[in-house]
Amino acid sequence: MTLNTSEIFDQICEIMTPFNIKAISIKTGTTFASDLELDSLAVMDMLAAIEDHFDVTVPLNILPDLETVGQVAEAIKTILDE
Amino acid sequence: MTLDLFEKFNTTIENFNQLPSGELNPFTVVMDKVISPTEAIINGRKTILAGTNNYMGMTYNKQCMDAAIEALNTFGTGTTGSRVLNGTYNGHKKLEASLNDFYGTDHAIVFSTGYQANLGVIATIAGPKDYVVIDADSHASIYDGCAMGNATIVRFTHNDPENLEKRLARIRRKDPEAGILVVIEGVYSMLGDQAPIKELAEASKKHDAFVLVDEAHSIGVFGQTGRGVAQEQGVEHLVDFTIGTFSKSVGTVGGYCVSNHPKFDVLRLVCRPYVFTASLPPSVVASATKALELIKDSNLRVKLLENSMRLNKGLADAGFNMGTTGESPIAAIIIDEQNTAIAYWQMMMQEGVYVNLAVPPATPNGLNLMRCSLSAAHTFEQIDYMLEKFISVGKNLAVL
Repeated sequence: MTLNTSEIFDQICEIMTPFNIKAISIKTGTTFASDLELDSLAVMDMLAAIEDHFDVTVPLNILPDLETVGQVAEAIKTILDE
Repeated sequence: MTLDLFEKFNTTIENFNQLPSGELNPFTVVMDKVISPTEAIINGRKTILAGTNNYMGMTYNKQCMDAAIEALNTFGTGTTGSRVLNGTYNGHKKLEASLNDFYGTDHAIVFSTGYQANLGVIATIAGPKDYVVIDADSHASIYDGCAMGNATIVRFTHNDPENLEKRLARIRRKDPEAGILVVIEGVYSMLGDQAPIKELAEASKKHDAFVLVDEAHSIGVFGQTGRGVAQEQGVEHLVDFTIGTFSKSVGTVGGYCVSNHPKFDVLRLVCRPYVFTASLPPSVVASATKALELIKDSNLRVKLLENSMRLNKGLADAGFNMGTTGESPIAAIIIDEQNTAIAYWQMMMQEGVYVNLAVPPATPNGLNLMRCSLSAAHTFEQIDYMLEKFISVGKNLAVL
């Protein structure tokens, strides 16, 4: 049941497909703002999809700390481990 | 080299500079003279005001103006102080009593703006161990109230009770004891859609959450005595806090929150956007008090919704891609390209119709809107004129 960060990352990449309009290859360092060109509202919508997939609460408060896809994977790992 | 603090705004400045200057810029409109709730002189041109949220046309109501003038002559131009120091006049207490009378509540607090009411109440009542759960399409003042406070913020899909319930259940599973505040709006200002307050509030109550409803765009407009959407839907008993503004239907400026919570008045001591600002001027307070009285017994909302339906139906029949349905006093058409929307706005101005150009991030789902807010003071002739211009400009720009 316990997922490692890399498994979480893979699942997030899949969830992100509809948000990855330019269909770029997603790496841990891929940024939402410059690489994926997502505005803050789109990032919030994406987080909602991630919340539902992992069945966790991702507070909006951590949004400023999430610049890359890898950081989201790490945040989800932390939340799942709590 | 030191960094210029304003460098972070470069993109905003560049985008703004791409807009035409002067009278063709949608964000620098100056009202040279206001003739009535529905007409003004802009750039020397007589213009119909179709985007001022002046739902009841109260800004020029004779009784409200007389009340304001009398208060101005009796109490002067301003209070120069906080409500908790020298800024509470008997007018402020009378206005709060009128709000309690209007809503049938035990407690009412008046703020200097509606923005401050949301900012203050949300940031104050939800503390570090609490949760605020907000609709994704919430107004900026709600997001800012969340940012100002210390609670954990969770967002649910717009107007989706199931999605809200799922999120509340998750919070409760992790934190059975936490205080939770669910924040919704009666009417969402951009597309004029109403919240299903009953379903949202029932989901909230199932998880012992408090419910706050912002009725900024619905006070005066909905409900048998104009209290808003919660009254219209018969679910006021499920609402713990109602927030609203005097800057729309009430025709002046200011905000308020009413509640039956027995400890509500403590906010006067702990709510910083209430304490650390000057109170409303006596003239504003007097006109708001009078307007509330008039709104309660008025049938203006019938006329208002008739007006809205006339414009919405006319636009829909003409074949526009509608953002609104006419269920509220907002009429908005969706324009695909932002540049077309800007051109549309400019041409409407040249035809003597002021509407709102609404673009992201102020709009949901990245929409570009030509947004109108109707007034009970609009005549059918004015609405038909707006409609005629919407259609001719739409054809001109190949939107129709």
